[in-house]
This record gives sequence, structure tokens and C-alpha cells, in this order.
Amino acid sequence: MGIKSLVNIDDYDKDDIYRIIKSASLFKQNPNRNLLQGKVCATLFFEPSTRTRLSFETAVNRLRGRIIGFSDAATSSSTKGESLKDTIMMVSNYADLIIMRHHLEGSARYASEISPIPVINAGDGSNQHPTQTMLDLFTIYETQGTLEDLTITIVGDLKYGRAVHSLIQGLSHFRPRFNFVAPEELHIPDKYKTFCENHQIPYKEFTEFSPEAINSADILYMTRVQKERFTDLMEYEKVKNIYILHNRMLDDSKENLKVLHPLPRVKEINQDVDANPKAYYFQQAKNGMYTRQAIICDLMKIGG
Amino acid sequence: MGKELQVAALENGTAIDHIPVDAVFKVVSLLQLQKLQNRITIGNNLKSSKMGSKGIIKVSDKFFREDELNRIALVAPNVNLNIIRNFEVVEKKKVILPDEIIEIMKCNNPKCITNNEPMKTRFHVTDKENVELQCHYCEVKVKKEDIVLQ
Repeated sequence: MGIKSLVNIDDYDKDDIYRIIKSASLFKQNPNRNLLQGKVCATLFFEPSTRTRLSFETAVNRLRGRIIGFSDAATSSSTKGESLKDTIMMVSNYADLIIMRHHLEGSARYASEISPIPVINAGDGSNQHPTQTMLDLFTIYETQGTLEDLTITIVGDLKYGRAVHSLIQGLSHFRPRFNFVAPEELHIPDKYKTFCENHQIPYKEFTEFSPEAINSADILYMTRVQKERFTDLMEYEKVKNIYILHNRMLDDSKENLKVLHPLPRVKEINQDVDANPKAYYFQQAKNGMYTRQAIICDLMKIGG
Repeated sequence: MGKELQVAALENGTAIDHIPVDAVFKVVSLLQLQKLQNRITIGNNLKSSKMGSKGIIKVSDKFFREDELNRIALVAPNVNLNIIRNFEVVEKKKVILPDEIIEIMKCNNPKCITNNEPMKTRFHVTDKENVELQCHYCEVKVKKEDIVLQ
């Protein structure tokens, strides 16, 4: 309660997570409200990310807030050599809230320390992207009716996947069980295995996308295996088709299973899954807007 | 060798003994000794019954602040500090790694904001025993052997 900025999913404790989820579900029922009338939100995208920016900007627009900002560092003063500090100080003269994406890790933490107005981290390099985690948690709660005691199977790039690491942290309050499915080169870093052990979170590791990993899951969280992550391209060729979800693989899955994906999807979920009612990734993306409405109003202390 | 002193005795000042040989010049830099006008004796690769070989630094007429001395713990957590007055050891100290390290070291992550903005670095000590730190900004962990001083 009462945090000034959202930089890291760890900034939220269990109560904060439930408060945002409750608020997001109210925004989902009624997303068009006047709550941000007279407020100016700055979207500072030093690194382009159309999907995330549109989600934030739609969230603000539907609450009647106004937007200033830039969608690419090329159109900002940072190309003239302005420091991040100066950009933040200038923008905080004009706006009531900063939503920031930056390619440098730790930039959002630094911005939140120097800014007199709240900062939302919309992704800082490969470090954190907490609104993605909150929309994942909201979607899991919405589809399962709870966050507690769920089995989550996470598939794909578990080594570099920022969304995956933050999801593990975000779910750690709720006694989850994890199945980690990844090729040898992209398996879950020891840091997160230790994190699970320290939080008494049971996990299993798989190198094959096996029926056991799918059929025991309440949530199947798919991520992209990116070619550029491999040092050995032979290795990529070997594994690239192993971690593809086809509709038939869901035949024996649990009734309540939902398939999530942080998007963009490339090939890792075959299009024949899209029509299955267990596919929920497009609704998940839409939930991002409601979750961001909830987070923005919470930080600005505006009742939702 | 006999009882012959390997480094001249100090009348007043601070003697830092049992420095690992690879850490001596890091200690010099951590204490900013190059900026001092005091008489300084630096010995390295000296024989030590405890360590095999060791380094030693003696600084005349200088009594460091606790927080200055504790920086040494980053590179040499087991040094012995002797405060000397009138050729006598009046106080023996151990260095203690603080919970937070500000400014002294660089973050090893080239994509960290601290390597790209004119700002102070800040690290949380996550493991005092093995000297492991985490960047406050980019959250990357730094092990003792990877510490780069500024």
C-alpha cells in the first residue's frame, strides 16, 4: 500500500497484488470512465514497443487522461546527449505520471528515485516488466478463480525470458508448483531454482514437452524460443520444433487449463490451438489494458 | 631471515597486515593512498606463516575512518588492522563488510544504467561470507572475483 512507483514486481506484496486484481476486474466491467480527466500521463518509450505503448495509452485514453511523450528515442532529446535524469526532470514538470520503457537495465529504478511524480516501468532491458506480470496474475486469477495452489507449466526460453522470471517471483506468494520445460541451452537459471527452494516452491524440470507437463497443469505458459539466443545454431535446429504446441496435445489436459503467452507469438503455438476454448492469450493481452488502468489509478491514488 | 623486520616499523599510524598478494594494489586504490602525502610503505610477496605469502601496507600518521577501512572487506575480508601509536599497537581491528556499497565499484553489466549515466553506483551485499553483491539498479549479481573498482 502507498508505494510511489512500480519498478519491480517485488514492489507489490500479496495484498497489493490482490488489490490490483480486484480493481482490474472492475475496470474490465467498465473500462470507460472519467477518472483521469485533467491528468497528463507521459509515455517515454526510449525503446520502441508498440504493443505495450498502445496498451498503456488506450488505458489512459479510456479514462479520459491526456498523453504526451515519444515512441522512439530517435524523437527525444536523448539523441542530443541529454541524460536520463534531465529528461525525467523536464517531463515531471509537465506530467502527473511517467510510463517509461528503456533499453538500459535499472533505468526505471533510477528514474523513480529522481522523479517527483510516480514512475511505471514498462520494461527496462532484460530486467523487469512488472505490468506484464500483473496482467498475467490477473488473467490466472480470472480463469482459475484463485492464485493459490496452482500448477504452472512454463515452456520455451526460461533462461532469458524476463516475463518468466517475474512470473515466478509474482506467484511465489501463492504456493505454486512449477514445471519448467526448456532445451538444455535455455534452461531455468540456478538463481530462480534457488529462489524456488528458498520459498518452498516445488518444481520439476523437463527437456521434452511431455504429456505429463501438459496434463498436470492448470496454466500452460508458452514463450518464444528465439534463434538469436543460441550460440550453437545446430542446437537451435534440433530444438526449434520440439516446443510447439498443437491442438491435439491438449486432448488430455485438465478442464480448467488455460494456455497463456506474453505475445508476440511466432510458431510456438500452432494456429489450430486458437479456436480451442483453452486458448486464452488474446484475452490475456486485452487484460493488460484493464490491469494497467488499475495500476495507474492506484499509483495516482485515484479511486477505481 | 631471523627476526629481521621485512618492512620498517611504524611510529604512529595504521598498519594493514595479511593482505592477499593479489589484493594489495586494490587496497591502495580503495583507500585512495595515491592521493596522500604521508609516508607509506607497501610490501608484497612477503613471507607469512599463516598465508604463505602476503602483502602489508603501513601508513604513517594516518588514522582512517571506519567506513573507509571497511571498504577493504570487498577485496580482502580477512586483513588485520593495527593502530599504532609510539611504536606500540594500541588497537587491533577487523574489517566488516557493510550492507551497502556506494560508489566504490562499477557494475559489470554494460547495459546497466550506472554505466551510462553520470550517477553513483549502489550495491546491496547479499552474502557477507562469500562477498556477493547485487546491483541496486539492474539487479545483476557480482561475485567477489568479478568486482571491478571504479
